Amino acid sequence: MLIFELSQPGRRNSSQAPRDRADVSAIPPQLRRRERPLLPEVSELQAVRHYTRLSQQNFSIDTQFYPLGSCTMKYNPRACNRLAMLPQFLGRHPYAPESTGQGFLACMYELQEILKDVTGMAAVSLTPLAGAQGEFTGVAMIRAYHDSQGDAQRSEILVPDAAHGTNPATATMCGYSVREIPTDADGDVDLAALRSAVGPQTAGLMLTNPSTLGVFERHIAEIAQVVHDVGGLLYYDGANLNAILGKVKPGDMGFDVIHINLHKTYSTPHGGGGPGAGPVGANEKLRPFLPVPIVSKEGEEFRLLTEQSLPQSIGRLSAFMGNAGVLLRAYVYARILGREGMERVAEFSTLNANYMAAQLAKAGFELAYPNRRASHEFIVTLKKLKDKTGVNAMDVAKRLLDKGYHAPTTYFPLLVPECFLIEPTETESKEELDGFIAAMVEIAEEARTQSEKVTGAPHTTPVRRLDDVRAARSLDLVWRAGASAA
Amino acid sequence: MPFIPHTQSDITAMLQAIGVDSIDALFSEIPQALRSAKLQKVAHGCSEMEITRLMRECAERDGHYVNFIGAGAYEHHIPAAVWEIATRGEFYSAYTPYQAEASQGTLQVLYEFQTMLASLTGMDVANASLYDGASALAEAVLMAVRSHKGARRVLLPDNVHPIYRRVTRSIVSNQHIDLIGLPFANDSGHTALATVKTHEGADCAALVIQQPNFFGVLEEVDALTDWAHAQGALVIAVVNPVSLALLKPPGEWGATGADIVVGEGQPLGAPLSSGGPYFGFMCCKQAYVRQMPGRIVGRTVDVEGKPGFTLTLQAREQHIRRSKATSNICTNQGLLATAATLHMALLGPDGLERVAAQCHANAHALVDKLTAVAGVERVFDRPVFHEALLRLKLPATDVLRGLEAQGILGGYNVTQHYPQLGETILVCATETRTAEEIDNYALHMQRIISRRRLDPPRAVKAAPKS
Amino acid sequence: MSQIPENLKYTKQHEWVRLEGDGSMTVGITDHAQEQLGDLVFVELPQVGAKLTSGKDCAVVESVKAASDVYAPIGGEVVAANNKLADAPETINQDPYGEGWMFRVKPDAAKLDQLLDATAYKALLESEAH
Repeated sequence: MLIFELSQPGRRNSSQAPRDRADVSAIPPQLRRRERPLLPEVSELQAVRHYTRLSQQNFSIDTQFYPLGSCTMKYNPRACNRLAMLPQFLGRHPYAPESTGQGFLACMYELQEILKDVTGMAAVSLTPLAGAQGEFTGVAMIRAYHDSQGDAQRSEILVPDAAHGTNPATATMCGYSVREIPTDADGDVDLAALRSAVGPQTAGLMLTNPSTLGVFERHIAEIAQVVHDVGGLLYYDGANLNAILGKVKPGDMGFDVIHINLHKTYSTPHGGGGPGAGPVGANEKLRPFLPVPIVSKEGEEFRLLTEQSLPQSIGRLSAFMGNAGVLLRAYVYARILGREGMERVAEFSTLNANYMAAQLAKAGFELAYPNRRASHEFIVTLKKLKDKTGVNAMDVAKRLLDKGYHAPTTYFPLLVPECFLIEPTETESKEELDGFIAAMVEIAEEARTQSEKVTGAPHTTPVRRLDDVRAARSLDLVWRAGASAA
Repeated sequence: MPFIPHTQSDITAMLQAIGVDSIDALFSEIPQALRSAKLQKVAHGCSEMEITRLMRECAERDGHYVNFIGAGAYEHHIPAAVWEIATRGEFYSAYTPYQAEASQGTLQVLYEFQTMLASLTGMDVANASLYDGASALAEAVLMAVRSHKGARRVLLPDNVHPIYRRVTRSIVSNQHIDLIGLPFANDSGHTALATVKTHEGADCAALVIQQPNFFGVLEEVDALTDWAHAQGALVIAVVNPVSLALLKPPGEWGATGADIVVGEGQPLGAPLSSGGPYFGFMCCKQAYVRQMPGRIVGRTVDVEGKPGFTLTLQAREQHIRRSKATSNICTNQGLLATAATLHMALLGPDGLERVAAQCHANAHALVDKLTAVAGVERVFDRPVFHEALLRLKLPATDVLRGLEAQGILGGYNVTQHYPQLGETILVCATETRTAEEIDNYALHMQRIISRRRLDPPRAVKAAPKS
Repeated sequence: MSQIPENLKYTKQHEWVRLEGDGSMTVGITDHAQEQLGDLVFVELPQVGAKLTSGKDCAVVESVKAASDVYAPIGGEVVAANNKLADAPETINQDPYGEGWMFRVKPDAAKLDQLLDATAYKALLESEAH
């Protein structure tokens, strides 16, 4: 049932809108709306019940283990939400003078300082609105740097073939062509291939470390050397920072510019697909190009630095100063953890991942990189299961839903066939991990003995497997009165 | 250990299962040389009680002001149920609905969201949100250039929000797209047809029209739209969703309507919150749907024929098309889209119309009261929606500072962006402002201006604060 | 194993080419390509009259899980496009070498020798499988 199907003409919540209908005769008739928009006319209770019920059709961290690889679905502490929603924070207009936001700006300044320390960078801008915008920022800064050197011949960004799709998409948005670098059999970047790919056309390399393959790139120092030697720059995709928080800093690995996904590492909520936040850090070389505004401290006063004080900045990425409310949540989380807490994040997310990898391997599952230590995530390939039983990774993923677990990331990275990228995070208990492992074992057994139970999954969710082909062939993207899907 | 459930015996058992004797051994693949620096600047951890006290102190330091600033972010009443429901864990702590069967709640909300936005704008389709209004305009410019398949110049009038123009420049500048400014009419603030006509025949991919424009002024959208279409250019509309309860939806502009519609969704349920999180929205004609960036939810059926919802047209997106994707966007502003859906459902068409009308009326009352003060005048004479540009005889910075001391945020200082207009502020009064607050503002404006008039001329003009 | 008709020519990017009696060439994607992509949901074709450059992308085929460019096997002018595919992209899945043809080109020069014959294409598929 859609909210529109509950609608009755004339029903309204009179206490939530102005009592009177004000005069609008000053608006010329040719600029006026003639027909009302299709918004539902429902009571408050109807709306509350409808959306509460819909919420119950979701899997979420608060209700299920959610080991979605590369997404860091850890517990989102409620204190972070409550404290970011204090009325003064919610009520402050983004163009209110700095003098009326010293408390807020103090939090932002301290968050910048924390992120500088964690990443080993010289300066941080909090403005990018999500990871992909952070990537865009980083690569745009690389371009701005080369331009400032009068170096216009650099046309190419190098991206490992295991990289997340946002990396090549970002390079294109910044006007670069993309060259993919292959991965070797152990999951490291193929150094020989990298050496032969770099040259005067190389603007930079985008790298995630630990990589999307769930392993730490061991040759990072040599990679940095190879790229820097030809005048290229190194961009760190912070998607997997959770694995190394407080253990190793991207700045020490040789990266020039980095972004951090606060909705991963700093536990701000994923919200059903955002909001995120993707602060960017830079070393001294790239610092002048950071996007504005940036919070500065002058004496005891906090101010926003703009284009005037940072003339080489790549400019602005959002109308105001980024996803402020997300940044506040991250700040609260960082303060609760403190320095010891941050190191424990890396330790226990890594412990959980390696434990699950070990137990699943013992149970007969095949690890994509059995000779490597897992980072905070690892890859299982179900190719053999598929060859033997016809049950593929998507089937197993759907069957996991029946067992009360959100599926891991499936079919990514593209390099590994029939793969699961599993990221348990540090906030899950051993019992939860054991439960998931047991469910995997059960499903593998079902695949062998009653495979239709798996290939027909899910059975217990609000809907069964959906027809994606139909969704794409006959597009139904908005509801129209009288239309029906069935 | 905050948020970590492991007991000592768990740790021992887990290490044993892995076959190592310490957690540290799990980091053995990180070269020792890199594992140098410890965190030095990060303080020790706080308890929940301690951080609560600290954050309350920060919040209290910021205090409460009576706000008359708009300029792209507007203070509206948000029904209590909106964030009560939106922050339910099932919405708050889920992610992008990759596993559709386990995400029907989020997916159906987004489908309803798309329906509401498409109807509000009068367009065929909507996506499931972008980051914010400014970056949505940048994405619309890229989309128009892709759709046009020829021209790479876009007409971007000077009366479009100055920060939106900067953001668009930051985002599209590396793709060889020409953004061409258009001056506005001096006395009316709108984009005159005669002005756009100077670009007749100049192969343009799109014309951007902001309605109401940055100054709050209403544009002659029909004539502009028809002109652009006659030139073979697309029309990108930038709109305030609340205004659309009263104003002609972009889908009805001119003979055939705007082609792409974007805007800042904040007025639909997002608190001001120092600038975010908000959400951008994007709607378009069916013909351009495959060029649209961002996530899109479609309705389909399951294996039993039961209706359900899923992400669709994913082949446009970065995780499939990689370097050839329509955009690099991945995470969007899902929770804000959820809140907006709740907000629109609770207000309904009548409620939203009342809100829009009250904003309009309050802004008029404010402008009337303020311009009754000698030394305050309207800059433009055309009709406005819910904000207006005022010219002051005194430096805007000083006046705004004087008002701030009285607990009033008197408007947005526009002087820095349009110095040719003199000392100007953009003022806004939404439905949340009372008659008493408006009177009080006018009273203090009167006091500040008359007192300052008595002061001797200042030798040094204060530098505008950025 | 997918079908590889003997009378067609092939490219390494899994397009097929058929020389017609009037000297034009018909182009589509191979049975192997459609199998790899899965159920097609969208096809974008070049416009009639468009000039194609050999080796450049000129069309797109999309399934739910993948999108793939189609590269011009030969340079020339597009003289026909199979517009029925717009409403029925699944035709390519059902009949890739027949009703599922994509477009017809009047080649600038008949350089068919750069294309693979059925035996060579079969060998290519076998090598890719390993």
